[in-house]
Amino acid sequence: MSIDLATVRRIAHLARIDIDDAALAPMAGELNQILSWVEQLAQVNTDGVPPLTSVVDAELPRRADVVTDGGYPEDVLANAPQAEHGFFAVPKVIE
Amino acid sequence: MSDFLALTLAEARDGLRRRDFTARELADAYIEAMAAARALNAYCAETPEQALAMAAAADQALAAGNAGPLAGIPLGIKDLFCTKDVLSQASSRILEGFKPRYESTVTANLWRDGAVMLGKTAMDEFAMGSSTETAVTGPVTNPWRGEGSNKNLVPGGSSGGSSAAVAAKIALGATGTDTGGSIRQPAAFTGTVGIKPTYGRCSRWGIIAFASSLDQAGPIARTVRDAAILLKSMAGHDPKDSTSINAPVPDFEAALSGDIRGLKVGIPKEYHTTQMPAEIEALWQQGIAWLKDAGAKIVDVSLPHTQYALATYYIVAPAEASSNLARYDGVRYGLRVNNGGGLNDMYAKTRAAGFGKEVKRRILIGTYVLSAGYYDAYYLKAQQVRTLIARDFTEAFKTVDVLLTPTAPSSAFGIGETTDPIAMYLNDVFTVPASLAGLPAMSLPAGLDKAGLPLGLQLIGKVLDEETVIKVGGVIERAAGFAAAPKPWWRS
Amino acid sequence: MAKLIEGATGSWEVVIGMEVHAQVSSNAKLFSGASATYGAEPNSQVSFVDAAMPGMLPVINEECVRQAVRTGLALGAQINLYSVFDRKNYFYADLPQGYQISQFKHPIVGHGRIMIEVEGETREVGITRLHLEQDAGKSLHDQHPSLTYVDLNRSGVALMEIVSEPDMRSSEEAGAYLKKLRTILRYIGSCDGNMEEGSMRADVNVSVRRPGEPLGTRCEIKNVNSVRFLQQAIEYEARRQIDIIEDGGKIDQETRLFDAAKGETRSMRSKEEAHDYRYFPDPDLMPLKLAQAWVDKVAKTLPELPDAKRDRFVADLGLTPYNASVLVAEKESAAYFEAVLAELTAVSGKPAREVATQVANWVVGDLFGALNKAGKSIENSPVSAHNFAQLQKLMVDGQISGRIAKEVFEHMLATGDEPAKIVAEKGLVQVSDSGAIAAIIDEVLAENADKVAEYRSGKDKLFGFFVGQVMKKTQGKANPQLVNEALKAKLSA
Ligand SMILES: [Mg+2]
Ligand SMILES: [Zn+2]
Repeated sequence: MSIDLATVRRIAHLARIDIDDAALAPMAGELNQILSWVEQLAQVNTDGVPPLTSVVDAELPRRADVVTDGGYPEDVLANAPQAEHGFFAVPKVIE
Repeated sequence: MSDFLALTLAEARDGLRRRDFTARELADAYIEAMAAARALNAYCAETPEQALAMAAAADQALAAGNAGPLAGIPLGIKDLFCTKDVLSQASSRILEGFKPRYESTVTANLWRDGAVMLGKTAMDEFAMGSSTETAVTGPVTNPWRGEGSNKNLVPGGSSGGSSAAVAAKIALGATGTDTGGSIRQPAAFTGTVGIKPTYGRCSRWGIIAFASSLDQAGPIARTVRDAAILLKSMAGHDPKDSTSINAPVPDFEAALSGDIRGLKVGIPKEYHTTQMPAEIEALWQQGIAWLKDAGAKIVDVSLPHTQYALATYYIVAPAEASSNLARYDGVRYGLRVNNGGGLNDMYAKTRAAGFGKEVKRRILIGTYVLSAGYYDAYYLKAQQVRTLIARDFTEAFKTVDVLLTPTAPSSAFGIGETTDPIAMYLNDVFTVPASLAGLPAMSLPAGLDKAGLPLGLQLIGKVLDEETVIKVGGVIERAAGFAAAPKPWWRS
Repeated sequence: MAKLIEGATGSWEVVIGMEVHAQVSSNAKLFSGASATYGAEPNSQVSFVDAAMPGMLPVINEECVRQAVRTGLALGAQINLYSVFDRKNYFYADLPQGYQISQFKHPIVGHGRIMIEVEGETREVGITRLHLEQDAGKSLHDQHPSLTYVDLNRSGVALMEIVSEPDMRSSEEAGAYLKKLRTILRYIGSCDGNMEEGSMRADVNVSVRRPGEPLGTRCEIKNVNSVRFLQQAIEYEARRQIDIIEDGGKIDQETRLFDAAKGETRSMRSKEEAHDYRYFPDPDLMPLKLAQAWVDKVAKTLPELPDAKRDRFVADLGLTPYNASVLVAEKESAAYFEAVLAELTAVSGKPAREVATQVANWVVGDLFGALNKAGKSIENSPVSAHNFAQLQKLMVDGQISGRIAKEVFEHMLATGDEPAKIVAEKGLVQVSDSGAIAAIIDEVLAENADKVAEYRSGKDKLFGFFVGQVMKKTQGKANPQLVNEALKAKLSA
């Protein structure tokens, strides 16, 4: 499987990372190099092998339904690049 | 003053308790040394005021007789740990100016026990690397130099600021995090001891996530004993982390009995790679001989899927990272680049400017292997192979108590020398398998190569059996008698 | 019988499936300890976890798991003892993590069903699955000319996404499904069902086809928040699709929005890229494993569900299916009816079956009619269940007639007073004194000698006239049964 420029563009868009047109081809080269290297896994027979879900062999812990957190909007907004009237402010979605 | 810097953590602890000197004196010495070592670039943020305030509190507690086990011990904290009101950037531009309003569980545990924060140590951006060259604050330089050489070497990575700080004696110990080797490999490159405990031993709460199923905090220190002392304070069950293990934390220091008679040490044959330098192979054989002399039984074991561990890792870790790093979007914290182009444009421009090359590469790989049509071939396949790798260890541990391997396939290399991503990834070839299986592992210095640079050996233990790793480490440490230290060329 | 829509070229069948997002009734959020209540100041019910601050981790709320399981049980669904939380990755300003924690491959609840009733016919609608997931925050686009404001109070609130099979064939069926689902959720208390506050939102999939043909291309209409809008949206959308196909066009699979003001659906901005959510198991959470014994214990906490209650009302109490259905439609109505019936049987000593129909008629007819007119719900009915039961008792005991009861009831609605007080104050006690009734009958007969003669010559219909005159003279207080008997005796004498 080899990635073409259109695929790099599509992945970059999915990941919301702007890539200059000039940088697309080198990036495709690097990604293809890595992908062709990891494709060695195809050699491993994994028939009937379950995927590893967690190395921790324990029950999923559950929290009691009690309000123990929140109530500090200043702390939540403290690092915001832009906040107005208690809201985070972001550029509008442009259609 | 420099006498203070020569003390190990255990010695400093004992000296403080005997009131031979004060925490303030110790802190002053380290603050001065830290400032004088800026040529190394190990710290990305120095916090001398915090250090002095914490040292004062430690002196009070010591005087009152209610001091915690780490009272007055000055530490460097990897920039991946969120520290309240102190810059926490994962050495990334995208977290520019980020000062969390909360403290990570691991650092909170250290402060609870009386430790003193000297500052934040630089790292590979988002812990993605093996050289600490990608920190937004610039590469960190290894205190070690080759015999007769002025070439600047990397301190390993991603916890390279921590390993450099400990090796340069500008911290008594430091926190690190290890996803595929990021504690052990820098420890090996700097002649220090690093422990990656069992996955779940230390809480991940408040540690900036790279690959959630692999990330694990641990100490970097000068001796096995020092590392054991730090780990005891860092570890513990945390209800805020669902993957935190609810098990008692043993007194790791007490495991250093020195008695390994009858212990079965496994030597995995797949770690004898063809590319391994002869010096490292020889050091490994030396390690085997030391353990044999101490009464351990050496057993050859096989971990047949070892050769697939790196490829597995380089699918699983980027996949998780691509999702974990989606939150850096310029909305709630950190960098925002806004060219008036609307929300999606703001995202793409912010992330393009905020992430470095390697981070972008991994996000894109991770996005690709999870995307429609490729999930089964890459991500699912890798998680299946991961099961096989974990099973290999389970099998081996049916016959042995601990495994001995080299830590890294080379000693420290020059800054700027390794530009090919895969060549860089190969640094983790011996450390990644234990990470994938969630097992505790340690690197400790065992000798020098021809150039006079430190080399490390790795011990891998059973789940939650850090004690055996530490005990065996103590035996190797004594046998190796590793006393070399870098010359302080960096002191200004 | 599927309802068909007539087009220009023949009949069409509409096929409807629904995804309902129902907010779990819980104090705290699904994966954090912040409050899940509605309507607080912006960003005040947000923890560092909900704001996706670096290094924050999810820990699941056990109550949300319990309520999802109870809901699954109430839907007669399979409870999956092994389920997995996945990340659904996409970027949006009100999705702070850059992913939603949801369940994709292994949901907590599998196949189930809901019975709906439309025009007297009962139909089964299949439930495909139910899974737990996080709600997103809220984007406000209209507060500033160039900025969107983001409030994360809802970020991380627990939702149950309940997915139906494409089993519905008309807007009425879809409306009945949504209402029935809401009823069930409210019965068991897993969701408050408040559609105005967004506690329940429906995404509707609509397609059309010629009867008997394979499924057509569907469009998904997002975030419909009332039964009325749901039905309008479906009707508009079905007609739109039929028109396109009949004009030789093709339906594009797309997401559409319902514009309530215009009563129409319109395409959401066309996405140049297809969504690729890159689902994968959340590495911060292990799989959720449930013990069958725990599920069994949870099952014991379920109340009687609406269908079972309706069947019991019909079978055991002899109610008409109509009355029974109306009474069980809201758990508060059913509770009111059952409270009245319990008190009435206790104080009157009559078996429930004997008085249930009277009570049901009164509740469904008089009480609901009055509440409807006053725009009130049963929870704030001016007539308490206790007072209502007392009124019924006065009738059962023959102390007041049905007619008087209606009058007393009007006063009760207005004042909230006890019926006994109203009866005493207004002197409305029924006259059951046969001597007094006989005297009044004599008066009436004497005043209407001509009519008596007509009656006796065969004009039976006049009997009602005499009854009316007697009641008039007693202001309706005469015991009608006694009046009937005495009148019959006197007239035939
Ligand atoms: Mg959906
Ligand atoms: Zn959903």
